[in-house]
Amino acid sequence: MEYSIWCFGIARDIVGAPRLLIQLDTSSSVADLKEKINRMYEGFGQLKTYRIAVNQNIADDQTILSAGDEIAIIPPVSGG
Amino acid sequence: MTNKSIYIKNESLSVDAAYQYILDERSGGNCIFVGSIRDLNMKKTVRSIDFDCYDAMALKEMHKIADELFSAYEITRILMHHRKGLVKIKDIAVIIAVSAIHRDAAFAACRTAIDALKKRVPIWKKEFYQDGHYWINSTP
Repeated sequence: MEYSIWCFGIARDIVGAPRLLIQLDTSSSVADLKEKINRMYEGFGQLKTYRIAVNQNIADDQTILSAGDEIAIIPPVSGG
Repeated sequence: MTNKSIYIKNESLSVDAAYQYILDERSGGNCIFVGSIRDLNMKKTVRSIDFDCYDAMALKEMHKIADELFSAYEITRILMHHRKGLVKIKDIAVIIAVSAIHRDAAFAACRTAIDALKKRVPIWKKEFYQDGHYWINSTP
């Protein structure tokens, strides 16, 4: 299944685009997504950390992704 | 009129407008925090800052913070406004304004709001220097 991932902050610079398309098996988890992202772009290994938001909520690694989910890479925030 | 004003926008923020919003006949204490862009960070001269933002999630989180503050403190109104896009030195990055019957709640809620915003709201700051740029907080 193909997922569209929104990239913000430094994630957009690492990917080089605001959106990333990733192929994952059906019933893949957030952990599977992060593993694939880390393999595709070594820049993510240099971040302090990053999280994944699913439908505008921070998701834990066990969360299973579904078709139509709004998914985003959330690097450490720095507003204010 | 609602009791909270929350937005993220790509144009100048106004402290006057924020104060006018929180003024309320029930309130005797008004606290306003204004975060502006400074010209020095980590011993480097900052030329400008670009704020990136996940608008939908950021607004949702800011509303959540405001609702938590209404539950935790006796406040009357709250305003949280944040800039996005390119900002210059001395520009306002963020305004938090809170009105309450008494000052203690206004001070406490204002402080809690800016701390929570900095920790939880998906907004990212890219600083530009003479010789490059840096996404704040992102790398060790």
